[in-house]
Amino acid sequence: MSAGALRTAGRVHARSGGAVLRLSEAESLTAAPSAPERMIINMGPQHPSTHGVLRLLLELDGETVTRCKPIIGYLHTGMEKTGETLTYLQGPTNVTRMDYSSPLFCELAFSMATETLLGLELPPRATWIRMLMCELNRISSHLLFQATNGMDLGAVSMMLYGWREREEVLRLLEKITGLRMNHNYIRPGGVAADLPDGWRDDTLRLLEGVGDRLDEYDALLTGQPIWRERLQGVGVVSAAECLALGVTGPILRSTGYSWDLRRHMPYLAYDRLDFDVVCGSYGDCFDRYAIRLNEIRESIRLVRQILDQMPAGDYRVGDRKVTPPPRGRIDESMEALIHHFKIFTEGFKVPAGEVYAAVESPRGELGCYMVSDGGPKPFRMHIRAPSFVNLQALPYMLEGRMVADAVAIISSVDPIMGEVDR
Amino acid sequence: MSTPPPDDALRPPGDALRPPGDALRPPGDALRPPGDALRPPGDALRPPGDAPLGAAYGGLAELPHGVATRRGAGSPGDALRPPEDAPLGAAYGGLAELPHNFATGRLEELVKWSRARSCWPAAFGLACCAIEMMATGGSHYDIARYGMEVFRASPRQADLMIVAGRVSQKMAPVLRQIYDQMMAPKWVISMGVCASSGGMFNNYAIVQGVDQVVPVDVYAPGCPPGPETLLHAILTLHGLIRSGELTRRREASPARGAGIVVDQRDGQTATRMVVSRKRGRFGRL
Amino acid sequence: MTAVDAPAPQGLSRLGVAVSEDPGGGTVLHPERERLPEVVEALREAGYTQCIDLCGVDYLGADDRGRLPDAVAPQRFEVAVTLISHSGRERVRLRVQVPAADPSVPTLFDTFPGTENLEREVFDMFGIRFDGHPDMTRILMPEDWEGHPLRKDYAVGVVPVRFKAAGDQR
Repeated sequence: MSAGALRTAGRVHARSGGAVLRLSEAESLTAAPSAPERMIINMGPQHPSTHGVLRLLLELDGETVTRCKPIIGYLHTGMEKTGETLTYLQGPTNVTRMDYSSPLFCELAFSMATETLLGLELPPRATWIRMLMCELNRISSHLLFQATNGMDLGAVSMMLYGWREREEVLRLLEKITGLRMNHNYIRPGGVAADLPDGWRDDTLRLLEGVGDRLDEYDALLTGQPIWRERLQGVGVVSAAECLALGVTGPILRSTGYSWDLRRHMPYLAYDRLDFDVVCGSYGDCFDRYAIRLNEIRESIRLVRQILDQMPAGDYRVGDRKVTPPPRGRIDESMEALIHHFKIFTEGFKVPAGEVYAAVESPRGELGCYMVSDGGPKPFRMHIRAPSFVNLQALPYMLEGRMVADAVAIISSVDPIMGEVDR
Repeated sequence: MSTPPPDDALRPPGDALRPPGDALRPPGDALRPPGDALRPPGDALRPPGDAPLGAAYGGLAELPHGVATRRGAGSPGDALRPPEDAPLGAAYGGLAELPHNFATGRLEELVKWSRARSCWPAAFGLACCAIEMMATGGSHYDIARYGMEVFRASPRQADLMIVAGRVSQKMAPVLRQIYDQMMAPKWVISMGVCASSGGMFNNYAIVQGVDQVVPVDVYAPGCPPGPETLLHAILTLHGLIRSGELTRRREASPARGAGIVVDQRDGQTATRMVVSRKRGRFGRL
Repeated sequence: MTAVDAPAPQGLSRLGVAVSEDPGGGTVLHPERERLPEVVEALREAGYTQCIDLCGVDYLGADDRGRLPDAVAPQRFEVAVTLISHSGRERVRLRVQVPAADPSVPTLFDTFPGTENLEREVFDMFGIRFDGHPDMTRILMPEDWEGHPLRKDYAVGVVPVRFKAAGDQR
C-alpha cells in the first residue's frame, strides 16, 4: 500500500467525475448525456435485482456502462432521529431494524457504545453469548447473500437452497431470542435472556447440516463454468480504491487486503478464538462470493469453539441501575419494583461524553457514534453503516462493464438498503 | 386501463358456447374481463345461470356447479347440456379417453375462481418484511403451492402488490406509480405494521400507513409478519376474491380497499388493537 | 475503542491541535475548521489510511457538552470525523466546531473520496455545507424537501395516533 502515486491518481479520478455520474434527480430527466451516442437510463428503485429500493442512474454507451450514480434514500426511516427519542434500553429495538439481514450486529454496536459510556464490565457469559449469536447471524446473513446472489445470476436453485439453510438458522435464533428477525436480544448490559435448554444440541445439529450443505454449494456453483464466467474478472476494485473510498468488509478483503476487526482490533472475546481472515486476490465478484462462502465456514469454526468455551454465570450485568430485576424479585422487594419502574419509564442515565464503537458486521465495519448529554436518551446516535459507504464503490466497479454485469456487481456489494438509508 | 380490452370479453353470450375443441383453452384466457372493477358486474359479466361454458382445466372441483362430461361425439349444442346419465365429477377419471369434457358454471364464478387462482404478486420488497416475503417464496414455506411463486418484476404482469416494509416519503410517489401501472383488477396486501400504520417509526420520514397512498385490502400484522402470517393474509385475500366480497367492497368505495385485518399466525402475541385514524373503517374477517 | 498509548503523531504536535480523550480512551483532536483538510492530510501521511466515518451533531439544547479542551470554543454544530490506522490498529477522531451562523466546513473529498456520501448526508440532515464538495445535494431526503431533519429544532414529526379496538364495522 505504499503506492502513493496510485492513491493520488485515484483521487484525481474521483474529483473529475470519472466513474461517478454527478447529476441531480431532477437534472437526470432532462440532462443531455456527455456525448451524443450515450444515453442515461434509470434502474430502480423498484427493480428485481437491486436488493431493495436502490436506484441507479446509468450512463450507457451502447450496452457499456460509462458512468453511474446510485440514488438512495427511498427507504430513509429517520432512525437516527427516532433513536434520540428512545431510552437506551429501547434503542436496540430501533437499530435492529436497520440491517435486517444481520440485526444483531447493529444491536451489538449500539450496546457496546452505551456500555463504554457507562463504563460497564460485562460478565463473561454475556460476552460469549453475544459472540455466539453474532456468528450465527453472520451465517444466516451470508446464506441470504448466497441465495440472492444465485437468484440474481439466474441460479434459482441456489436461491431455494440458501433459503432452506437460512430457515434452519432462523429457527435456532427464534428459539433463543423469540423472534426470527429484529431480535432486540443484545441490550446494554448484556443480553435479553439466557440460552434456552437444549441450545447446544440444536446448534451442533445446525452446524453439521449447514457445513454439509456448503460443500453442495461448492459443487453447484464454484466450479461451474457459467458461474465463473459471470463473476470472474467482473466488478474489479483495487485495494487502493477501497481504502480511499472507505470500503470495508468482504469487498476490501476481496482485494487481498487483510483487515477484519475481529482479528485486528478485537472486541468481545474474539482474541481468544482461532479463525482465519478470508481474503481474495483479484477483487472481483467471484472473490467476494468465495469470501462470503468461506466466511460461513469460519463462522462455523468459531461457533464450535464458542460451544466448547461457553462460560457459566450471569447473562447480564448485576448493576441494578441498568439491568431490570428478575421478575420474582419485583413481588418481594420494593426496591426492585422501583428499579424496574424507573428503568422502563424513565430509563437509566448515561454519563455525558461521546464515543465510537465498531464491530465487524457481515458487510464491513459497523460503528455506532453515540453522544450523551447525561440524560436517559442518546443526544445523538449515529450508525456508521457499511453498506452506505460501500455503495460508493459501485460506480468504480461498474465502469466499462456491460449492463448485464451490473446485476452481478450490485449483488456482490450486498447492500442492505435499510442500513444504507437508515 | 391503457390497453384496449381483448375482443373476447366483449363477445355476445352466444359466442361463449364454443365447439368442444375450444374447450381446452385455459379459462383465464377467454374470461379475463379487463376493467370490470370499474363497471357494474352485470355488464361485463353476463347474468349468471344461463352461461354454461366448457372448461377442462385443472381444479374442476372448485367450480360451484359441478362437472358434466359426455362420452362420444355430439353436436356442440348437445355437449353443453349435462346428460342425465353422466355422473357429476366424472371428469376425474380418464380425461384422456374423452373426446371432450367440460364444466358448467356461472361465468362470474369462473372469473372469480381464475382470478383467485392466478394471483401474481409484484416484487415490491421494501424493508425487513421483504426478507420474510422472500422466505415465504423459499422452499420451506413454498408460496408456489398457491400458484404465486412468480413474483413479477413488471407491474403490468402483476395482480397483487404486497407492500412489504416501511414506505418513506420519498418512496410513496414511486409506490403509487407502480400501483397505477398494475392492471385492474388489482389487490394490495399491507404487510407488517410499518406499511399498515407507520409502526414504531412515527416520524418525519415514514408515511403513516400505506393506505394513505393506495387502497389496502388486507392488513397483515407483525414486525415483521412471519411467513405464516403472510400466507394467512394471502389465503384470506384469495377467499375474498373467490367469494366476490373484495370486488363488492372495492366497488362500494373505490378509493379504499377492503380493509380486512387478519390475525398474526407466527407464534408472536397477536394484538387485538388496530390503528384507526381518519379512515376509521377497519373490519375483521 | 482502542486506547492510544503514544501521544499524537509527530506531525500533529507541530500543527498544534488541541487533544483530548474520549470516555473509551480514544484520542480526539479538535482542529479549527479551516485547518481540517490540512490536519486530515497530515494524519493520512502519518498512517491513518481510511476515513471510516463522518457525521454531524447538533448541540442545541445539550445539557452537558462532554469534554472539550479549554482552547476550543463550543459552537452549535460539530462535525466528527473518524480515521483509522490499519498499521497502528487505532482510530482517531476529529471534532470540528461549526458555528450556526455559517454552517460550512472544507470538504475532505480531496483526501478521502469516500467521504462523498457521508458529507452529503451531513448536508442533508444538518444543513452543513462542505465547501469544495463536487456534488453537494441531498442524499436521503427528496430533493425538494424543506428543512434538515436531524437538527434539534426540527421536530421528530410524530403524528398522533388514536388506538381503538377493531370491531365488525363493515
